Amino acid sequence: MTNHWVDIKNADLVLIMGGNAAEAHPCGFKWVTEAKAHNKARLIVVDPRFTRSASVADVYAPIRAGTDIAFLGGVISYLLANDKIQRDYVINYTDASFIVREDFAFNEGLYSGYNAEKRAYDKTSWEYEIGADGFAHTDPTLAHPRCVINLMKQHYSRYTPEMVERVCGTPKEKFQQICQMISSTSTTTRAMTIMYALGWTQHSVGSQMIRCAAMVQLLLGNIGVSGGGMNALRGHSNIQGLTDLGLLSNSLPGYITLPFDREQDYEKYVAVRSQKPLRPNQMSYWQNFQKFFVSLQKAWWGDAATAENHWGFDYLPKIDKLYDMLQVFDLMDQGKMNGYLAQGFNPLAAAPNKAKMTAALSKLKYLVVMDPLVTETSEFWRNFGVHHDVDSSKIQTEVIRLPVSCFAEEDGALVNSGRWLQWHWKGAEPPGEARTDIEIMAELYTRLRKLYQLEGGAYPDPILNLSWRYIHPNKPTPEELAKEYCGQALTDLLDPKDPTKVLRKRGEQLAGFGELRDDGTTLSGCWIFCGAWGPNGNLMARRDNADPTGIGQTLNWAWSWPANRRVLYNRASCDTNGKPFNPERMLVAWNGKQWIGSDTPDYKVDDDPSLGVGPFIMNQEGVARFFARGNMVEGPFPEHYEPFESPLGYNPLSRNEPRAVSNPAARIFKADRDALGSAAQFPHVATTYRLTEHFHYWTKHVRLNAITQPEQFVEIGTALADQIGVAAGDRVRVSSNRGHIEAVAVVTKRIRALNIDGKTVHTVGIPIHWGFTGLARPGYIANTLTPFVGDGNSQTPEFKAFLVKVEKV
Amino acid sequence: MALQSLDIVRRSATTTHPPTVRKAQTGTVAKLIDTTKCIGCKACQVACMEWNDLRDEIGTNVGGYQNPHDLTDQSWTLMRFAEYENPARGGDLEWLIRKDGCMHCADPGCLKACPAPGAIVQYANGIVDFQEENCIGCGYCIAGCPFNIPRISQRDHKAYKCTLCSDRVAVGLEPACIKSCPTGALVWGTKEDMHQHAAERVEDLKSRGFDQAGVYDPPGVGGTHVMYVLHHADQPELYNGLPEDPRISLSTRLWKGVTKPLALAGIALTALAGFFHFIRVGRNETHESDEQAAAQATERARHG
Repeated sequence: MTNHWVDIKNADLVLIMGGNAAEAHPCGFKWVTEAKAHNKARLIVVDPRFTRSASVADVYAPIRAGTDIAFLGGVISYLLANDKIQRDYVINYTDASFIVREDFAFNEGLYSGYNAEKRAYDKTSWEYEIGADGFAHTDPTLAHPRCVINLMKQHYSRYTPEMVERVCGTPKEKFQQICQMISSTSTTTRAMTIMYALGWTQHSVGSQMIRCAAMVQLLLGNIGVSGGGMNALRGHSNIQGLTDLGLLSNSLPGYITLPFDREQDYEKYVAVRSQKPLRPNQMSYWQNFQKFFVSLQKAWWGDAATAENHWGFDYLPKIDKLYDMLQVFDLMDQGKMNGYLAQGFNPLAAAPNKAKMTAALSKLKYLVVMDPLVTETSEFWRNFGVHHDVDSSKIQTEVIRLPVSCFAEEDGALVNSGRWLQWHWKGAEPPGEARTDIEIMAELYTRLRKLYQLEGGAYPDPILNLSWRYIHPNKPTPEELAKEYCGQALTDLLDPKDPTKVLRKRGEQLAGFGELRDDGTTLSGCWIFCGAWGPNGNLMARRDNADPTGIGQTLNWAWSWPANRRVLYNRASCDTNGKPFNPERMLVAWNGKQWIGSDTPDYKVDDDPSLGVGPFIMNQEGVARFFARGNMVEGPFPEHYEPFESPLGYNPLSRNEPRAVSNPAARIFKADRDALGSAAQFPHVATTYRLTEHFHYWTKHVRLNAITQPEQFVEIGTALADQIGVAAGDRVRVSSNRGHIEAVAVVTKRIRALNIDGKTVHTVGIPIHWGFTGLARPGYIANTLTPFVGDGNSQTPEFKAFLVKVEKV
Repeated sequence: MALQSLDIVRRSATTTHPPTVRKAQTGTVAKLIDTTKCIGCKACQVACMEWNDLRDEIGTNVGGYQNPHDLTDQSWTLMRFAEYENPARGGDLEWLIRKDGCMHCADPGCLKACPAPGAIVQYANGIVDFQEENCIGCGYCIAGCPFNIPRISQRDHKAYKCTLCSDRVAVGLEPACIKSCPTGALVWGTKEDMHQHAAERVEDLKSRGFDQAGVYDPPGVGGTHVMYVLHHADQPELYNGLPEDPRISLSTRLWKGVTKPLALAGIALTALAGFFHFIRVGRNETHESDEQAAAQATERARHG
């Protein structure tokens, strides 16, 4: 989230799209009801299904799964055509006036530089015109035809209301009504919040859907303001923490990226990431990259990380390619992996194409499952009849199950969607032989280290030199780990302006990442968390809900990264003089000497606004980007592409370009492409999702949850039910080109048949929660059906739009 | 909300006077169920089972979101889902979700109908509670209830329903369902406060185009201590058959009205007949031979 849960109550308009907050985030959804009750906010829901969120919405519009960019592109087109933008904001705080290179082009769904063989772009032309001084050219009058905003206008002029209706199936009048409502927040005193979740992420163009919505918000001046923002509702209690700590294959903690194997040179690795400003006077905060990186290396390797060995740069693996979920399981399926450690992960149920997953797991020599529950993955070798029909005698994988504690049985911090690190205390001891994940990983490490000490091995240095400063090596405490990721002084830190003054004593916790240094005198395992456990103790454990301004800015409740800042980019809530656009909901303001307010300013606290430093301090431009430059794999502006399994088989926006039907740069392997189905065989559009009554594949093990939603079902509209002769409660078979499931049919008016470019398209809703272990009635794994294709940027699988056929059993 | 005494103001099949010294000084209680804020998450169902030590069976899906399918002796509250295409809004779909359960009528038909002394009571704060240890399982409470709420257990043949968490309320806590509701669709307070809050909600709903929004507090049962905010107060039956004008059934009213004195007269007549039998025929006596035969029969039953 750019903002946070409580701030949603400040919204004047709430758009829920690409998510179903009432269903999947019922507790957070309370802030929507607060906004409605106390701020007269209106709620819009756009979804293929009339959801629980829609049940309390003011306006609902249906949309075909996977066509959100067409819808949002239509909104951009409406805002630009009707001049419903917050002009001062757009001119001063975005790259609207930046001039793009002359060789940048877009034609029939493809951007300049496409290489069909590699399914990748040469992104050289996706750049601003850069002068000899290293700064980008701009035209503040916006007259230049290659100004970003003019290219945008041109790009989205194709997204007419008629086109939206053809592609999305959303009735034109509903679409225009929603545009009109959204455009009402282009004033300085009204704000819209956008709440989304995996309904946007889990598409082959998921990242671009989210980007497209962010562009809508920037045009309206809704980023950085109270009641606004792009608010990702995270699906696990600590999935934000997972991302922050860099648990993706190419990530290090704090959004630092691992070097590729072409990046063996430390100076170059640092230079590329220490981005220089693209406009005069801009902060471009990543220029401090080396401070964050060196402090991380010191946290990991301590005294072994020195200036001479580039702070242990060689200890880091250099990756040849991404090792995301799809890549890893594809390699496993090719028999290229011996062992796999599934820690708090149930990939047989959670990854696409269960048949491929079963085959892949069967090729392992060993599989270790760390989980509090008996997961499907840990039982993948056992025959469960129709729900999991395998021949155990042919599976040689040795499965080792390590019971672990669950979240309520350990202390520690969880990071919520609003980036709050909230410390929690265990409610009970783990049962039986269960141990915490920390204990298991620690003992695994100390045993491995012993083996390397005894037997040596190829390059044991990274293992042997790891700094392991915990009092009980096999049992590091959450407190020890927290202090380490937050940051400490390794020597007395002297004030650079007055070397007689000691700012921090050796061993003292640091107050924030501003104190980190690139000379090896500080450590911080995750720079964005620096200060959470500061000189004054564990700020994550704070529980003061005082809200002096009444807009939900409880700065003394827990701690929010970065720097306890609750609303990111909050400098953009003020005009260029530092005066709040909306004084009623003031976040920060310039008082002539410094920035004050109800939030930690996202700005240098004493920078006079007249210096012209932009509010988007992490960007080289100092402003927000409509034009993504080379940061996205499929192009600088989001463009509609069909899901990989499309009911049309063509892209109505680029009818004549077969390479642009689906995302030309998405992740797909050859064998998985062959496993795609066509609309001729599989005419119905399917989408998978969660229900309120359950959480993933966990709560089917819980009696109370199983009572409230006991048995697997799929949802189909009344029109499709009539067509295939199915009544509510009948059993249906749902098949894709990868397998089938059988379930009870819920027949509903909440899913309607859509008219897509003259063709009737039916949607099938498939809740994910069932499987063959647990207390609920046994069912099929929904991901039996889903395709093994991922977003080109995040590699997230396309769970939300694929093709199936529904038949009566 | 202040602590509430559990003084009983009405007790089934009882003629002794209830205590009258203590009154519900802060007013009677009410639960307000705002169907327009409810997202049907079923947290209230789970909280109800948890607090009251109930576990319904893991059932089946019969083609909808409603689970369990009906109220049972283990499920005292239940979300009921209805799909409605509103002609006043161009046929736009509405998903009307209603939390069903005991309405705690001011004039409770169940209590009126109950023949078992003290099996159903009404507290001074308005809560209608079943005291299962006194229940004889006759099912008259079901016939007496205009909302079809009580359920007879197959296990112990006694009637069960929502207690409005009288045990929690008595110590100043809100009912478990209220505590669990994430959206504030369930609100708790005095009946007066709930009416005030409901009025604000109705005003908001009218501003959103629900001209017929209103509060459900049916006078036919003397009002209820569980009330609804409805988008369509003019058509409560849209919400899975919420009765438009609930009343205590004719037979119950007759039973308590005309029939009961007649029945009491019948009982008196029987006693009178017994008296005359005694006067005219004498007492029914057992002789020594009867006792011996009985002893032998007992012996056979023990060893045979």
